[in-house]
Amino acid sequence: MDNLTLLFQAPPLALQLFVDGFLIGAVFALAAYGMALVWGVMNIINICQGEFVLLGGYVALQTARSGLHPLLGVPAAAIVLFAVGWLCYRAVVYRIVERDLFISLLATFGIAILLSQLMNNIFSANLETVDAHLGTWFLFDGLVTISQIKVVACAVTLVIAAALVLFMRRSRLGQAIRATAQNPRAARILGIDTDRVYAMTYGLNAAICGASGALVAMIWVIQPFGGLIYTVRSFMIVILAGLGNLPGVILAALGLGVAEQFVGFILGAQSQIAFVFSALVVILAFRSWRLRRHRRYLA
Amino acid sequence: MSALGNKTAIRIAILALAIVAPFALPAFQVELTFLWIMIVFALSWDIMGGQAGYNSFGNIAFFGIGVYAAAILQIGLFHDVAAYTAAAGGETLTLTPPQYFIGLFAGLAAAPVLAIAAAVVLGVALLGLRGHYFAIATLGLGIAAGELAAGWAWLGGSSGVQVPVYPGSLASQRLLFYFLSAALGIATFTILRRLYATRFGLVLNAIRDDEDKAEALGLRTTRYKIVAWCIAAGFLGLAGGLMGHIIGFIDPREVAFAGATFGVWMVLMAILGGKGTIWGPVIGAAIFHVTRELFWTYLFGWQNVALGLLIIVVVVFFPTGLLGWVRQRYPKLFALNLAASPADRARP
Repeated sequence: MDNLTLLFQAPPLALQLFVDGFLIGAVFALAAYGMALVWGVMNIINICQGEFVLLGGYVALQTARSGLHPLLGVPAAAIVLFAVGWLCYRAVVYRIVERDLFISLLATFGIAILLSQLMNNIFSANLETVDAHLGTWFLFDGLVTISQIKVVACAVTLVIAAALVLFMRRSRLGQAIRATAQNPRAARILGIDTDRVYAMTYGLNAAICGASGALVAMIWVIQPFGGLIYTVRSFMIVILAGLGNLPGVILAALGLGVAEQFVGFILGAQSQIAFVFSALVVILAFRSWRLRRHRRYLA
Repeated sequence: MSALGNKTAIRIAILALAIVAPFALPAFQVELTFLWIMIVFALSWDIMGGQAGYNSFGNIAFFGIGVYAAAILQIGLFHDVAAYTAAAGGETLTLTPPQYFIGLFAGLAAAPVLAIAAAVVLGVALLGLRGHYFAIATLGLGIAAGELAAGWAWLGGSSGVQVPVYPGSLASQRLLFYFLSAALGIATFTILRRLYATRFGLVLNAIRDDEDKAEALGLRTTRYKIVAWCIAAGFLGLAGGLMGHIIGFIDPREVAFAGATFGVWMVLMAILGGKGTIWGPVIGAAIFHVTRELFWTYLFGWQNVALGLLIIVVVVFFPTGLLGWVRQRYPKLFALNLAASPADRARP
């Protein structure tokens, strides 16, 4: 709690935490949007979201090691992960699309532990990070530091988000995805190949996760067994924002990023994971309590 | 032999097997002990998951509470807990036999009580949720509990707690905990079998089949769900109290609140055997435990890959579990007296 008083004595510190959380939160928004997409269109909660993020990070790592510019890792990760997502769909996910949610939850959990150990065996269990060769800005006599990569990551996120919105609104496939989300049966009657739409949606989700993973690898560290927390973050952001609400997703993600930074600073970095998971339970309990007063429930 | 005689014979055979097994297979005593704990896991998960249709990934939280409650009470009765955990295993606690056993049984009594108390609080908070919201909330719960325990210095923090040393030979300790676990496993099975035949069991099934209709019939479904969760928590708390002593060391994330491993495995075990049945979880636990040990022994380094594939195959191709699959394939095995049943005879 000593850090709490420190926060009041030195207001720039709070600014530092806010800026950090804001920039990191933007990266969370991507994976959360992907989760909302798959959830809304296919009615699947994708537990291997976090593993897709980490895999994207590893692709970016390999790109950077092969001598290319680190930022090229973002498109590279997106392309590779699209293929991975498409393969996952063709191998497993298509069998569970129209089935019980619980089955999809467990099946994607199976994919998650499979992927995490594969990553461990291929890339080793070490903490890895990608150096983006960018500098740091110093404000308020060095009290506030902003690493440029975080700003770049935030900007890239915004560009991807804008591209996604355009894609979903304008393109033929985007319209097909939205139609399938509204009513798969009607979409089939109107000649939309919903199986292909599902494959594309799942691949697109993996690609979004991959891009966000590449950014995570540049601003943080990646480690093969740390996937679940990204899944939980995405889920939290989605339930806070509601399905199909992109501005809500971005706001919730930024809020979560800032909250995590403050908690991590005040209670110590090791309590950050505990905070994310406890916050999930508390938020759901709170929403359930609010709804119960109207005799409704979350389902 | 009559059907009743058959059943009694099977019961006696299983009981005899349970008593003889640790002596017949001394090398596998610890494995057999774990097997009984696994059976308790799967059976207690099935109360909510199989019978009431509420898929919880966080039941491990009650298990972890049991682990800590039993160990901390046993230490705390005769020693200062804070000083003990602060030493972080540097000091081993040696209790005299009477002290040890008083502590052990006090701990085993406290473990389910605390676990049930937690289930009441969490049940009130979370059991208004349905479907996947409940599933994800409990997934978060299991891991959050581990992280909170790891951050609580009084409980030893992330360096865990060393359980007091057993005042006796290793062989006698293993036998004691084998028989305690076996007793717990058999008690769980018997109690749940009785329970599912009562009105309470029928209410749980009604909740699974259509909760809105059950509520419309005037059943206070949330209360039933909370009670069901408490029953599961009680068994898990006891299992946890034993587990701490079986392993001898409590790690918050790996032993007590292993949310992403045991927490999910108990779901898998119940599904593997066939959720919503009484024998399914038992069979599933046995098969899963053997398979997992084989994976861990022969495929070490790739064990999670194999396990992930197993999970995918089981849930995608056998969602009704082994029992469900056999029932579909060979319905005659389960058709006790279908032709002779009164409903059939009444039909023209």
